[in-house]
Amino acid sequence: MSLNDIMFYLFAGSILTFSLLTVTSRRILRSAVYLLFVLVSTAGIYFMLNYNFLAAVQLTVYAGGIIVLIIFSILLTSHVSEKAVVAPVKQQIFSALAVAAGAVLTIMTIFKFAFVPSTAPAVDANVHNVGLALVSYNRDGFALPFEVISILLLAAMVGAIVLAKKEKNLESAGSQTKNNPDK
Amino acid sequence: MIDNIPLNAFLVISTLMFFIGIYGFLTRRNLITMLMSIELILNSVNINFVVFNKFLYPNLLHGHFFSLIVIAVAASEAAVAIAIIINIYRNFKSIDVDNLDQMKL
Repeated sequence: MSLNDIMFYLFAGSILTFSLLTVTSRRILRSAVYLLFVLVSTAGIYFMLNYNFLAAVQLTVYAGGIIVLIIFSILLTSHVSEKAVVAPVKQQIFSALAVAAGAVLTIMTIFKFAFVPSTAPAVDANVHNVGLALVSYNRDGFALPFEVISILLLAAMVGAIVLAKKEKNLESAGSQTKNNPDK
Repeated sequence: MIDNIPLNAFLVISTLMFFIGIYGFLTRRNLITMLMSIELILNSVNINFVVFNKFLYPNLLHGHFFSLIVIAVAASEAAVAIAIIINIYRNFKSIDVDNLDQMKL
């Protein structure tokens, strides 16, 4: 068993353990930190597959951005020591049964299907090649998805700001509608 | 680097992660923890895309870019969802789904 195998099983084990802890931990802040560990282990798997740019994006956007956003919103909406409300035991059992059935079915299908690994020469996914592919518009270029995703990010950013902005004239608007005899 | 590890091992990990995320989505009652379950699901799908690209089509980068774009969509989704959650908390003083039975005050 080489070091690579050991690293892979380490990442796999930490992904599974910490994702289980993410969905079962009673403390919300702790489950956010467990989610951070899951995302970092996933970045490790991307590094093992030699997709360095994707792993870096995973670390900066997911582990750096989304987790910080989630922790901020946890601190804004609940107390640190507050424990999450759990679903009734009956619902937990039925969810676990349904999920286990789905997982077993999917894994059986995976092992039944014979994947043929390709022996074609691997393209090096370094930053140079990734950058060229992102802006080229020929057959293997991704210029259109790149532009679409940038517009989506802009729209989401504006939408998030508009949604979370405090409405200053909420009180006066409420009293106006109350005083309005038509309503 | 991954010569000895079969494709199925990666697929089993991502399947288990996906269904753990679904379990969390079904049993959690707090909006933020449900959002975290969705992040788990999206992450497992990303692993699937990347692994299929690496093992079955190593001469192309399509799966790589697909997961790059899924990461961007997940980021914008999290931003909008958290803005909505903060707005809900401001109006209802709670983000448990059991208490959210109306769309408007």
